[in-house]
Parts: sequence; C-alpha cells; structure tokens
Amino acid sequence: MRVMVKIKRFNPGRDREPYWAEYEVDVEPVDRVLDALEYVKWHLDGTLAFRRSCAHGICGSDAMLINGRNRLACKVLVKELGARITVEPLRGFPVIKDLVVDMEGFFAKYRAIKPYLIHDEPPPETEWRQSPEERARFDDTTKCILCAACTTSCPSFWANGAYIGPAAIVNAHRFIFDSRDRGAAERLAVLNTGLGVWRCRTIFNCVEACPRGIDVTRAIAEVKRALLFSSL
Amino acid sequence: MTTVHRYDAVIVGAGGAGLRAALEVARVTPRIAVVSKLYPIRSHTGTAQGGIGAALGNMEEDHWEWHMFDTVKGSDYLADQDAVEIMCQEAIACVYELEHWGLPFDRTPEGKIAQRRFGGHTRNFGEAPVRRACHAADRTGHMILQTLYQQCIKHEVTFFNEFHVVDLLLEDNVCRGVVALSLADGELHVFHAKAVLFATGGFGRMYKVTSNARSLTGDGVAIALRRGIPLEDMEFFQFHPTGIYKLGILISEAARGEGGILRNRQGERFMERYAPTLLDLAPRDIISRCMYTEIREGRGIDGKDYLHLDLTHLGREVIEKKLPDVTDFVRTYLGIDPIREPIPVQPTAHYAMGGIPTDVRGRVIRDEKNTPVLGFYAAGECACVSVHGANRLGTNSLVDILVFGKLAGRDMAEYLRGADFAPLPKDADGPAREECERLLTSNGSESVARLRETLQREMMDKASVFRTQEGLEAMLTTLKELKDRYRRVRIQDKGKIFNMDLQEALELGYLLDLAEVTVVSALARRESRGAHYREDFPKRDDAEWLKHTLAYRLDGEFELRYKPVVITRFQPLERKY
Repeated sequence: MRVMVKIKRFNPGRDREPYWAEYEVDVEPVDRVLDALEYVKWHLDGTLAFRRSCAHGICGSDAMLINGRNRLACKVLVKELGARITVEPLRGFPVIKDLVVDMEGFFAKYRAIKPYLIHDEPPPETEWRQSPEERARFDDTTKCILCAACTTSCPSFWANGAYIGPAAIVNAHRFIFDSRDRGAAERLAVLNTGLGVWRCRTIFNCVEACPRGIDVTRAIAEVKRALLFSSL
Repeated sequence: MTTVHRYDAVIVGAGGAGLRAALEVARVTPRIAVVSKLYPIRSHTGTAQGGIGAALGNMEEDHWEWHMFDTVKGSDYLADQDAVEIMCQEAIACVYELEHWGLPFDRTPEGKIAQRRFGGHTRNFGEAPVRRACHAADRTGHMILQTLYQQCIKHEVTFFNEFHVVDLLLEDNVCRGVVALSLADGELHVFHAKAVLFATGGFGRMYKVTSNARSLTGDGVAIALRRGIPLEDMEFFQFHPTGIYKLGILISEAARGEGGILRNRQGERFMERYAPTLLDLAPRDIISRCMYTEIREGRGIDGKDYLHLDLTHLGREVIEKKLPDVTDFVRTYLGIDPIREPIPVQPTAHYAMGGIPTDVRGRVIRDEKNTPVLGFYAAGECACVSVHGANRLGTNSLVDILVFGKLAGRDMAEYLRGADFAPLPKDADGPAREECERLLTSNGSESVARLRETLQREMMDKASVFRTQEGLEAMLTTLKELKDRYRRVRIQDKGKIFNMDLQEALELGYLLDLAEVTVVSALARRESRGAHYREDFPKRDDAEWLKHTLAYRLDGEFELRYKPVVITRFQPLERKY
C-alpha cells in the first residue's frame, strides 16, 4: 500500500524553524512505522535522523509522536494508521535533530529517585527470600523501558518541565514496593514536593502512551497513598 | 579541534559485559568512562528473554559440573574447558550478586529464584532436561541490563552516551585509548587511557533475517582486526531456531522450555525423529538444521520456508504469565493469538560464537601462544574466550557477559595499579578523521542501503546454516565486489549533527570486513562442527579440526593460524541428544 509520511524536520545547524516534509512510501500493511521511516532514510532522504535499535519494543529508542499519540515507531503497524502518517519528535524535550531529542533531563530525573536497591545489611550467601506475592506487588513497574512516552504525553509536564514526571515515579514505585528495599523514605522525600508526585492531575495520558502496558496512574496513586497514609 | 579525555580505564559498550566490568573497575578508581553509541539501557542485552543458566538447584538437583558438561557438549567440544569450568562455577555467585543488587527474579513458593528448562541443559550428563535457567518472566535480559545500569548510577560511573568508537589506539603491543565520534555534534574525541575494554556486542546485521538490533554491526571486532588483532572461530555463527517468520524477532527458547512444540506442515513433532531424548530442547544448531531439512524436503508450512511453534496446548495462564513479552510480539507483529494459533517461525541469525580472542582474565591475546596485548581487554559477544566453541547453549550468553565482564574488570583493576599512561600515537585521531572525511566527501554513486541489502541477502543464502565450498567461494567473490563498491559509496547527509548516514556507512564497513573473515574461516574448515555445517564435509573431524581458528588480516591478505582446544574433564564424544 502507498502511504504519505509527513515528518516534522529540524536541523538546528541549518534551519531556523522546524518544517514539515512529506514522503510517499510503498509499504506492506504489516510493516512498522519504523520500516517506513527507514525507507525514507535509505531511499528518499538520507539526511533524516531518528533513533532506533532493537526494533521490537524493548530497547526504548524510538518513542515519538505518531498521528498525535506517543508510540514506539517499531510497535505500530502501518495498517493501524491508514494512508496518512504524521510523525513528530516527543514534546517537551529540546530537539537535537529531526526526531532525535535530548533526553539528559529525563535521565537526570530518573537518577534523582535513586533507582537502585537500597539495602545495607550484608547479603545472605544465597538469595534474599521474597514470596511470589511480594514479587507480584511491583511486577508492573519493572517493565519500564525508559522510552519517555509517558512523561512527554503528560500535560502537567508540558506546563512545567521541572515536574519529575510519570517515568521517574514509576521507577520509584518499582523499588518502594520491593520487599527487599529499605530506601522508601529517601525516595518518598524526593517525590513529596509540588514538582514531585503531587503535580500529577490523574489525566491518564501516560497510561494510554505506555508501550509496555504499565498502569502508570495506578502506580502514581499507590505512591501518593504511601505518602498520605505511610502505608509501608 | 579534537577533545582529548584522560581516564584510567575506558569501557566501550554499555551492555551487560561493559557495565559489569565497569562496576568492577569502579571499585578501584573513579576515573573510568563507559562510552556507548547508544543510551545505556538501549543495549541489546535488554532483549535477552528466557533466563540465565546457573546450577542453583532451586527446583531440582543440579551441579555446576553438569552445566559444564552440557556447555562443552553443546559447543561440539570446541570450547576451552578451563574457561567453561570457571564460567559454570562463577555463574552461581554472579546470579546471587544480581539478586542482591535487586534483580527481580521470579520466585518459587519458598521465595527462592525460580528456574526453568532450556535447550541443551540436562541433569546427570545428558539424562533429561533440568531446570537451570533463572528467569524474570521472558524479560530476564531487560532486568539484568536495568539492574547493572542502576548499580552504575549508584556508584556514579561516568557515561559518554551516543559516542561511537571508531578507532583503537594500539602501538608496540600497548593499548593507549580509543577515538570516538560524538553523534550529537559530529566531533571526534580521543580517549587516552591506561586500559580499554571492548564490550561492543555481536554482528548479526550481516544476515538478512536476524534477531539482532540495528546497532549490532560488530564495530569493536572489526576495529580490532584492522589494528592487527586476529579473530577467533569466526566461522561459527548461531542461528536461533525460532525467529518470527520474515521479521527475525526472537521467540525465546523459554517457549519450548515451558512445553512448546515445533511442528511441520503435517502437524508432526519432527524433532522426535532427530533428537529422541531432548526433542524440542535439543541445542540450537541441531534444531535449526532440522528445520531447514524439513523445509528443503517440502514439509514447511504450505510448502514455504517456515514451520510452526505450537503453544496452544499450554493454556492461557502459562502463556500470558510466563511468556508475556513473546505473546505481545506475536499479537503485535503477526496479529496471531498464540493461545489459539501456532506461530510461524524460521531460524534467525542470533549469536557470534567467534570474536576477539581473550584469555580467562579477559585479556586480548594476539597469537596462538596466548600472548596478551597490554591494557586491551574484551568481554561478551564481541570476545571469544572460548566458552561457546562451535555452538552456544541458550542462557550462556548472559552467563558469559556477567562472569567474564566481572573477571575482565577485575584484571583491569589490577593492571591499572602498575600501569601508566602510554603516550598517545602522533596524530591519534588522524586515521579516523580521514575515514570520516572520505565518506563525507565521496562523490561516488553507490548507496549504503543497497550494498547492505545485498550483503545481508547473499550471506543468508551462502554462509548461514548450510554451507558448501562452491557457495562460500561465490560469497567471497561477492564480498570483493561489495568492498570495491563500498569505496565508491556516497552519503547524502554532509552535516555534523546526528549524522546517521555517516554512522551507517562506517557500520557497513565493519560488517563487510567481518563477513569476509567469516567466509574465509568457513571455507578453510573442511568439516562440520556445531553451527558450522559443510554439506561437502558433513562429519566432524577431530583428528584434523579439533582446534581454534585465528584469522589475521595483514596488508589486506588473510592468514589463518590455529591453536589447540583446552580439554580437561570431558573427552570429545559423538554428539547425540
């Protein structure tokens, strides 16, 4: 099938303003949007830039705004989108070039919530024991691939870029509710601010955006509850 | 102006091996940099699915000696047994260490790390499958990569993200650093270092159908070759039996570990005819060959070049709980529900057993006498210790990156105590600058994408699961043509900022070099062993070929030398499953 791929282009070394470029691409219905972008790159316009690596939704490189929604380009099939495909960079991050955005700020927020197991007692010779139920408690948030689809879909983040954002909260949740972890208080202190978890207005865009199917708003609500009721 | 950085140690690659080594070096010095062409958690370790093998014995009796036997037998007796022994012993401590760092393994009812069956892993030296693969659903690699990166954050390791290493500074057998291209602004950076570790991963992108990420173009391996390091056992490239048809996306062996069955067009469980004991859990080289045989004999589905992986008898609970990501891939990319329908699969290029030769301390060696290169290390898929020999067992790549990442990091840390900065070569970034300039200014007419497509299609056709002298010789001719055309390649993007065009051109150069070594090594080895199957020499020939290949490229010409296999506990036997 023939589709029109419309891409928001911007090369700060050359362009004053971002602009739209359109490309006609022949694709199979089962091709991914990534395949269409690669077709453009390899056969129509070699100057196009985007990130990609694993091409099956695990590495988290190719989150972008596709027909108005944050998706991974490798996880959306062309047939879902019809004959017109619009692709833009994630919102709220500085654009390096075309679909490539600067994610340093995003990773700084991830680092801020201390995303590592905090447990200073000497470990046993074998494993820390954890029951299947305890393990299940934080399973959903272990799936995060840090693609930033959630954070950059969030109107609270668009309104104030200093908001720590859903991805960082999801990763805090992953440790706060891990029975082996002893760092909940440190993390909750980071999140218990106006730019932390309270900035979330439960708009649910993040849930819709997450390519891993994480119930992001629920995780955020659980962190809020932990703060309100010290339920840990 | 080229920026020059100075670090005691530079680690190239931020997958499992690189990060594990970095954590070890970070114990002795804060002056360590991890340089990666990707963001850290984008590396391909994250896509490993089924599990990591270690004889914890949590579900049933198990011993590292059994793991060692399986690995040696799986390797078709080409693995060095001293190295395999270390790996299988150390695997246990490495898994517990990951758990202590927070890795969320699945749990047994008693709260221990859960384990499952995997191809080629058996109890009591081959009797029956054993539960050895420690898992976190089918996301084990994702969890390993995240856990290691998290520890790097905790220990404040310095990262240079999206810095593509394009040269190794090596003179008089002493490593002095690397040269990297910063993708964000197109500038070259020199990293002056006392020691360098390559953990740059594999090069499956030389084949058309592959499970490998776009980034797996063998950069480090090719750079080592260009700098005079021989490459070991490059003829051995693993095809994983169950890639999603046409796409190559991996369906974990865990699917068969949980009870999945391969079937041909008649619905027959054909592995019963080939491997009566282990059936669908025979090692990958064997199953991939059996699948091609079925297809060649007309028993592919609808007579086409694929077969079925049948999970329908496992039930929703097992499929969705134990294989959630795999289920998601099948639903997303095929529109098929594996609970009700079988999955179309074909072998997919998956793993390079060969690579940069190292000893068990991760030191790169330069000849058949195991002479180390001072200050140069390699670990993970880019390296060849050799623990995988002619065919790697499932789960052992994760074991390899952890054990030898750790041991290489430990040796580097020790080396740093006594070593000083060797002076940089004159015009350290000159060759890299020249190569980039040549590509940026070339007015040729060849396209990177078209050359790469030809390379991938031809390699798939002539140098994959079945090989013949005729096919390999034809491939060598094709490669000479492709390399000639590569000199006339023209890229469209002439800019500095995030120039993917330049990056892909450099990567194609690496792939062409590595394809050539693969074919030259495969042509010379006139026997069949593990993943290297010669239709014209279908038998294993221990008298002549129980030895490792070392391929040198000197002034553009290849020279093949050989070194003996280390055999300690297990004498070579005929390999039956």
